[in-house]
Amino acid sequence: MNVRAQIATVFHLDKCLGCHTCSVACKNLWTDRKGAEYMWWNNVETKPGTGYPIAWEDQEKYKGGWEENGGELGLRSQTKTSSLLNIFHNPSLPALDDYYEPWTYDYQNLISAPKSDDQPTAKPLSMITGKYMEIKAGPNWDDDLAGSPIYAANDPNLTPEQREQLFTTERMIMFHLPRTCNHCVNPACVAACPSGALHKRGEDGIVLIDQEKCRGWRHCVAACPYKKAYYNWSTGKSEKCILCFPRLEAGEAPACYHSCPGRIRFLGVLLYDADRIHEIAAAEKPNLIAAYRSLLLDPNDPAVIAAARQNGISDGMLEAARHSPTYKFVVEWRLALPLHPEFRTIPMLFYVPPITPVVGTGNGSDEIFIDADQCRVPVQYLASLFAAGDEASVRYSLRKQQAVRRYRRAVTVGDVEAGEMLAAAGCTPEEAQAIYHLTALSAVEERFVIPPMNREATIEQAMATIEFKADSGFGVRHSPRRGA
Amino acid sequence: MKKHDALSWIKDESGAHLRGWEEFYRNRYQHDKVVRSTHGVNCTGSCSWNVFVKDGIVTWEMQALDYPRISPDLPPHEPRGCQRGISFSWYLYSPLRVKYPYVRGALLDLWKQARLRHSDPVDAWTSLVEDPVKRAEWQKARGKGDFRRVQWDDAVEMIAAANIYTIKKYGPDRIAGFSPIPAMSMISYAGGARMMQLMGGVSLSFYDWYCDLPNASPETWGEQTDVAEAADWFNAKMIAVVGSNLSMTRTPDCHFAVEARHNGSRMFVFSPDFAEVAKYADEWFPVRAGQDSAWWLAVNHVLLKEFHAEKQTPFFLDYTKRYTDSPYLVELMPHNGRWRAGQMLRASRLADYATAENGEWKFLVWDARSSRPKMPMGSVGHRWGTEKGKWNLIPKDAVDGSDIEPNLTFVEAHDEVVPLEIHDFDSTTGDLVRSVPAKRIRTADGSEVLVATVYDLLMAQYGVSRGLAGDYPAGYDDADQPYTPAWAEKMTGVERTKIIAFAREWAKTAEATRGKCMVIIGAGVNHWYHANLMYRAAIHALLFCGCVGTNGGGLAHYVGQEKLAPMESWSAIAFGRDWSPAPRLQNSPSWHYVHSNQWRYEREFTAYHTVPKPNGAASLASGHTMDMQVRAVRSGWLPFYPQFDRSSLELVEDAKRAGATDEPGIVQYVVEQLRQKKLRFAVEDPDAPQNWPRVWFIWRGNALMASAKGHEFFLKHYLGTHHNSIADEVAEGSVHEVEFRKQAAEGKFDLIVDLNFRMDTSALYSDVVLPAATWYEKADLNSTDMHTFIHPLAAAVPPAWESRSDWQIFKTVAEKISEMAAKHLPDPVADIVATPLAHDSAAEIAQPDLRDWTKGECEPIPGKTMPGLRVVQRDYKNLYKQFVALGPLVPKNGLGAHGTSYDVRDEYEHLLATAPTVEVDGKKCPAIGEEVDACNAILRLATVTNGELAYRSYQRMEEKTGVPLAHLAEKNRGTRVEFKDLQARPRRLLNSPMWSGLVEEGRPYAPFTYNLECNVPWRTLTGRQHLYLDHPLYIQFGENLPCYKPKPLDLEQSDVQASGGAKGSKLLNFMTAHGKWQIHSTYADNHRMTTLSRGVEPLWLNDAEAAEIGIEDNDWVEVHNDNGVVVTRAAVSARIPKGICIQYHSPERTISIPKSPLRNNNRAGGHNSLTRIRLKPTLMAGGYGQFTYHFNYWGPTGTNRDTHVLVRKLPKLIW
Repeated sequence: MNVRAQIATVFHLDKCLGCHTCSVACKNLWTDRKGAEYMWWNNVETKPGTGYPIAWEDQEKYKGGWEENGGELGLRSQTKTSSLLNIFHNPSLPALDDYYEPWTYDYQNLISAPKSDDQPTAKPLSMITGKYMEIKAGPNWDDDLAGSPIYAANDPNLTPEQREQLFTTERMIMFHLPRTCNHCVNPACVAACPSGALHKRGEDGIVLIDQEKCRGWRHCVAACPYKKAYYNWSTGKSEKCILCFPRLEAGEAPACYHSCPGRIRFLGVLLYDADRIHEIAAAEKPNLIAAYRSLLLDPNDPAVIAAARQNGISDGMLEAARHSPTYKFVVEWRLALPLHPEFRTIPMLFYVPPITPVVGTGNGSDEIFIDADQCRVPVQYLASLFAAGDEASVRYSLRKQQAVRRYRRAVTVGDVEAGEMLAAAGCTPEEAQAIYHLTALSAVEERFVIPPMNREATIEQAMATIEFKADSGFGVRHSPRRGA
Repeated sequence: MKKHDALSWIKDESGAHLRGWEEFYRNRYQHDKVVRSTHGVNCTGSCSWNVFVKDGIVTWEMQALDYPRISPDLPPHEPRGCQRGISFSWYLYSPLRVKYPYVRGALLDLWKQARLRHSDPVDAWTSLVEDPVKRAEWQKARGKGDFRRVQWDDAVEMIAAANIYTIKKYGPDRIAGFSPIPAMSMISYAGGARMMQLMGGVSLSFYDWYCDLPNASPETWGEQTDVAEAADWFNAKMIAVVGSNLSMTRTPDCHFAVEARHNGSRMFVFSPDFAEVAKYADEWFPVRAGQDSAWWLAVNHVLLKEFHAEKQTPFFLDYTKRYTDSPYLVELMPHNGRWRAGQMLRASRLADYATAENGEWKFLVWDARSSRPKMPMGSVGHRWGTEKGKWNLIPKDAVDGSDIEPNLTFVEAHDEVVPLEIHDFDSTTGDLVRSVPAKRIRTADGSEVLVATVYDLLMAQYGVSRGLAGDYPAGYDDADQPYTPAWAEKMTGVERTKIIAFAREWAKTAEATRGKCMVIIGAGVNHWYHANLMYRAAIHALLFCGCVGTNGGGLAHYVGQEKLAPMESWSAIAFGRDWSPAPRLQNSPSWHYVHSNQWRYEREFTAYHTVPKPNGAASLASGHTMDMQVRAVRSGWLPFYPQFDRSSLELVEDAKRAGATDEPGIVQYVVEQLRQKKLRFAVEDPDAPQNWPRVWFIWRGNALMASAKGHEFFLKHYLGTHHNSIADEVAEGSVHEVEFRKQAAEGKFDLIVDLNFRMDTSALYSDVVLPAATWYEKADLNSTDMHTFIHPLAAAVPPAWESRSDWQIFKTVAEKISEMAAKHLPDPVADIVATPLAHDSAAEIAQPDLRDWTKGECEPIPGKTMPGLRVVQRDYKNLYKQFVALGPLVPKNGLGAHGTSYDVRDEYEHLLATAPTVEVDGKKCPAIGEEVDACNAILRLATVTNGELAYRSYQRMEEKTGVPLAHLAEKNRGTRVEFKDLQARPRRLLNSPMWSGLVEEGRPYAPFTYNLECNVPWRTLTGRQHLYLDHPLYIQFGENLPCYKPKPLDLEQSDVQASGGAKGSKLLNFMTAHGKWQIHSTYADNHRMTTLSRGVEPLWLNDAEAAEIGIEDNDWVEVHNDNGVVVTRAAVSARIPKGICIQYHSPERTISIPKSPLRNNNRAGGHNSLTRIRLKPTLMAGGYGQFTYHFNYWGPTGTNRDTHVLVRKLPKLIW
């Protein structure tokens, strides 16, 4: 057992407002600069929809992630020969048009316009060329089903039948999908980097692109099936979500987590057995969810604790793991599922699928907390997103969520009984209460259980921490040199 | 191919050579300072933010997380803040920032020339403004570029000169100020309002103008709006979300509703489109746009039939009896051999109560035990009588103190069953006749009157027969009779079975939880012409099931509402009440309807407003809205400024010349002048130059675009510049009370001054733009009704470039006016101020019937049958000193609001002893010239932040009501809150009798819990919640009982009479819902928000309808009607139903707006280019219980949702 600690997260989609506060929090902090304008390390998509970059889920087009072949894994983006051949040009790399051309406006014209016979206006200006432009795409172009006949209808997760129903009042539906880097356990981006610039931090599992080492090959961009590595055209380096490690090191949640007014985000430590990564990533498709869960270790298991200590994992980290909301959602309660596990990167960001309104046909049953199969979002669709087609896992999550609602109804109103539904959902009243508490009532300290990052010890490996303290801030603040 | 070796990718090393690069990101995150502030205008979110400063520059903001937790059983408030708030920091250093004062070239050149010729600035201004050619020159240049940077001194000098000129020439009430929603930055609002009121200028309202005032709230509760804080949504077990898009517009609050679901609550969403919030619903009901009243009327039909008439649910019946006007007696009036419901029977009509004080304003119920009418305590007559201690809800007779057990119904104990006429406004076949049980009552003069209970009238109106004869529906499936589920299915498009199931669940949940059903409602309903009827229908469903006045229940109206928590002390400062007792507060809907000449573009209101037919000659339910408006002003129902066709200063001089020596003499002179028509109300001739408003200050708002309903008429008649309206003026011949001048005035305003931090449409069209500090650059206060905390704004950095805070800017202008006044207005002058009859004053019992003094039907009596008249002193030379000093009327008169009052002499002394002071006329006053001092004065003198004052205010209320109340403040008597406390951490507000909800530890605010739990009456006629509205106007309009009135859809009257020609256009109902990427127009031009949306505010269209007219997603479209034109891009979506289109409120016409081929290739406008207002006449009623004016509280609203437009593909893109 090779125990590793990972800061892992959960997005509760039933709670997501689709407000994009997370996106702006991140933009303000990290990507509000030249070359990074078009990057949204955190973005939010409307589902059904095609997202950002457009149709990113379509690996026929982008060739991201891993392919499993007879128990062996290979990057879709690289074959033995293509890696070398494509080093200067990769045909499956998203182009600027797949993202969007960032723009601003000629705002100044409103103040400086000369005398005229009509009102001045601020025309759109390209942030790339500086010239006037037509706006044809944006990072959130199909927000709330905008352009649904073009975008929502082309969501690759939809069956032809669902595509038809999308436009009827009875089945009309949308929900939101916030996305960041998944800080995968089996990251394709890291595997693809020819420079060795990408790595997974040992202490917390954060996947980073070393801004000194990066040579801008962009193989990470191509290999990431979630398209969460981006090329900075100004610095010539690639960049991606850093899980706000400077904030985590200060004991604060990442900006997008902190800022979420829907309170949908949870963050905590997971322990996993690194020796089993390959085996799990190559697991057979129907069992992917179960296999992924089996990778995760019980933080209360004395054997796990002992092995973790042997691997140098701190007591603070282990303590955090025992209080991890992520562990509860993913392993204990089995409510949260990974996004497109079939990409086989073993993402460490999990989603609780949303309960949606009852379909508009018929008068339904007398049951006030409807079954998963009466919801407007087809279970099959959710399973395509979150379970590699494994509908049972999705149904389990939705039924348990509804059973918790029924349990709380029984407690607060008393006009229903919850026992039968709880039992059917494999849930005890105690567990229902715990799920309710964490989902609805939890305060910031419960949502984000941030382990102590032991910066003093990390620094000490290079220099005396007291010297670092004295020197801190006197260093030369500089951007990495342009790469490639 | 690279070998799969996951282990090799994990890097444990952390040596400097390996990890040094990480400093790149750490450096970015390092910051120097964190300051708590918030966002200061027009968003009721009121979120506490940390503003990060690095190297002296604001770099970003993040939400504060340190709200005190109300209860461990409620979700916490963190983090509050949304995508808009978190993008605010972009504005500070953006190219849109107004950094310096600007004046448009055309005016500046003329001004410079004039100043060369005239050493006195007022003379210079006179020379310009009285030269029609020059005046037109700068008016026509408005909005067309050529801004020139000027020095602060020069800009302020011109502004001051224009003010002095206007005061001297026309009187101060030709100067107006507009700024919305003060609660969000109270001091900034107060700056301009204070200057305005100390000058004698006019403050324009906003809540009614925005059409956010839900008139059904004052109609039912005598309360502007009082709603649950969002945390209380969590307590609701059934939530109906109606026309309110929580995820879009209540972003920081939405989680409470979402999390309530996880606590077993059920949520239903009503919206014609699949609105964002619908995804949270247990069930979504796509009710047709504007047909919500039909749904709720049918729900009420089911509730009354099954849970009142059949089941007689004890909880519902007890509640209805005790807390609503249901048992009150209404006089039935004979009409063509049948009967109509009239006014409530007055106690004074009965021998037993003939001598009761204010007996005309006390009402009767039938006591079941003694079988006679009794007069309960708590009515408006008790409130304003001399006898104390009887204004309460205790069910006892006010005269003999005997217990009252009121009869809700006479169905089993009647003297007669009579045929009652019921208006069916949707029917083409005429009215219905339904039997009601009635009693005969002998009056003091020996005659008999026939009465029914409100409850029985409601049963008849809702069509619940209880075995009575007449045109009652046969059953739920009877689609021909209002208000059955089948009838509602026809109107709403939703199956009747769903309505019935909903109503049953509603009643069962309410019974099981004792009232925890909640309606969250907003602009989707409130912006229609008949919104008050729609709201009333929903309110009735709450009242029939005991859901108001309890945590987790009630009507939660959220649009444009605010809660300026420390109202008492703030309003004294904001409206200059510390120096002068009579501010000029104008309801904007009337003001704009009249002054921007929108009244000229319509005929009689009966063309679109369905009224009872036939209505008698005496009925006011016919004619032109403008005539009703004039009537409302003359009768003192509504304010109107300018008041008269003569200067209000000159008028006093005239009175003195005619021999008047004191205030009564002056008032008498003015009354006589009016009676003899030698003096006219300005509203009677709004196009006469002496009646125009002349100077307009706009700050914290977008008065010329986002809130300018009828924007193009503003451009034409106010600004005198280019416009895109092609509407015809048609009022001639339809109006009788107003002078219709052949030529409407164009360009009424001499000067428009805008204070702004961004170059928005209002700034672009103003003459002078002054650079305002942003919300991260000044100190201020912020409160809301969405939660019970109070927040500071604070300067993270000083005001950037040459900007100044609004408070400081108005202080500067006041100083310059004072300086010029030394020459031009050296001595104090007397000003006569006309004010409307005021809610929460004895004027609530002024007009029991509709008598018009101008027709000789009664005497003109100021404050009774006509506006009140006060003479006040203006001291222009001391304007500045008064501005910066908290004046002597505060300790003299005490403070109060909503009818409360308390003494503050000791606290005023405390301020004098501990805070900076300033001397005015030899008297020391607390200084409030600096924002923080003003904040501290407000906090010290308000009940919500000073526990002792809350205690005192309750004590005073105990005297009035005779019920114990002071205990509500006992626990917090020692609490005082200072500005610095707020900077440290959000503080929760204290209980105060000014507000109707109770807050304690563990308990969120829910409205009217104070009334229910403490027996304090509502501020209505009976003191109870009103289901029946017996104002004579309501009776004439057929709205005394709840009803359905058709939408004003008639194409003849809609907005496209002159616009029909354009080929390929489709007619759609134009919706301007609140959107995702803006708070009104703010943030809509912000780089973050434009990037995350579509770079423009698109027009959302149904996919099939777009295809019909050849429009594809992102095509440019031209949206037009007679009022104006919009050019934008299409967002084509199946989410939008057929028949409507949405352009989210509110785009600027400055950002990426092409020209319009249909309007001579002129620059197209914004959403309000397509609107024109229509005022609802009933909402003008005054001097009658809860139908009495108060600023932003009562009056007609600026409805806009009935607008229709033609949409076509833009044939050619021209920039």
